[in-house]
Amino acid sequence: MGIQNILWQVAKKAFTGSIIGLTISDRCCSVVPVRGDSMSPTFNPQRNSHLDDYVLVDKFCLKDYKFARGDVVVFSSPTNFGDRYIKRIVGMPGEWISSSRDVIRVPEGHCWVEGDNKTSSLDSRTFGPIPLGLIQGRVTRVLWPPQRISKIGR
Amino acid sequence: MMSPSSSFWNTASREAMKSGMFVAKVYCFLHVTTNYLGFMAYAYGPSMIPTLHPSGNMLLAERISKRYQKPSRGDIVVIRSPENPNKTPIKRVVGVEGDCISFVIDPVKSDESQTIVVPKGHVFVQGDYTHNSRDSRNFGPVPYGLIQGRVLWRVWPFQDFGPLGPTPT
Repeated sequence: MGIQNILWQVAKKAFTGSIIGLTISDRCCSVVPVRGDSMSPTFNPQRNSHLDDYVLVDKFCLKDYKFARGDVVVFSSPTNFGDRYIKRIVGMPGEWISSSRDVIRVPEGHCWVEGDNKTSSLDSRTFGPIPLGLIQGRVTRVLWPPQRISKIGR
Repeated sequence: MMSPSSSFWNTASREAMKSGMFVAKVYCFLHVTTNYLGFMAYAYGPSMIPTLHPSGNMLLAERISKRYQKPSRGDIVVIRSPENPNKTPIKRVVGVEGDCISFVIDPVKSDESQTIVVPKGHVFVQGDYTHNSRDSRNFGPVPYGLIQGRVLWRVWPFQDFGPLGPTPT
């Protein structure tokens, strides 16, 4: 009987802890790894390094979807909604962006994202402006590796 | 020896911490339920007549099916508007990826129609009352990532309590 009680207590604590952790991760901030080198040299500056950068993603910005040009954001891919990309906003609604062949105006409620490493980045130059509603957070700091801990500016 | 007033503050602060923890746990539980299971939505406006009343309906929407399967034709979905991420209109899915959709652009003005193919990873949503609805005919097909949930049930007004599903043909 004692073992059952202990297991039940542990289960209750684990359940409460996971609910609180999930809420903090959704509302406050979370830590995500950066894969690929489309944001070199801001993230993952060495191409074949075995260590991925880990960054802190702030979720408070999702309250009003207030973003600005220069923010690095995590967003859900418009073509493959299970994938998430990390890119920088280079165009806000109403601004004009010159892409390969012509000049495009970013529509209301959308933004134009591009990776810092233009030669190897799948971004708005391919799939067009993305709705702001797809954004899942804004990257504020690099947390790992320790020698690159820094604040991400504009 | 502790004086009576300091032990009062000790108990008071302990009680405050316990209530604070309780409020935090309730908040977290509500957050997880409304973001991962289902939520209530108050819908108003003319764009979904006759399915939804323009003066207001209380709807129950679920967030479970959008994680495991693609939306299907006929579902009523809550989306985050591509024109303004702070708004969450409710429309019906009329076409899924790969469908060829023909629609009348503006039934109020003319009979001019347009045909598009819904791109991969997107859905074409349209209000049931096409004469007064801003939907994919205006802002284009919507990516799956903007779908917030699928409407299952109308809770209020009580005389229309019941499931909401694909339009009967």
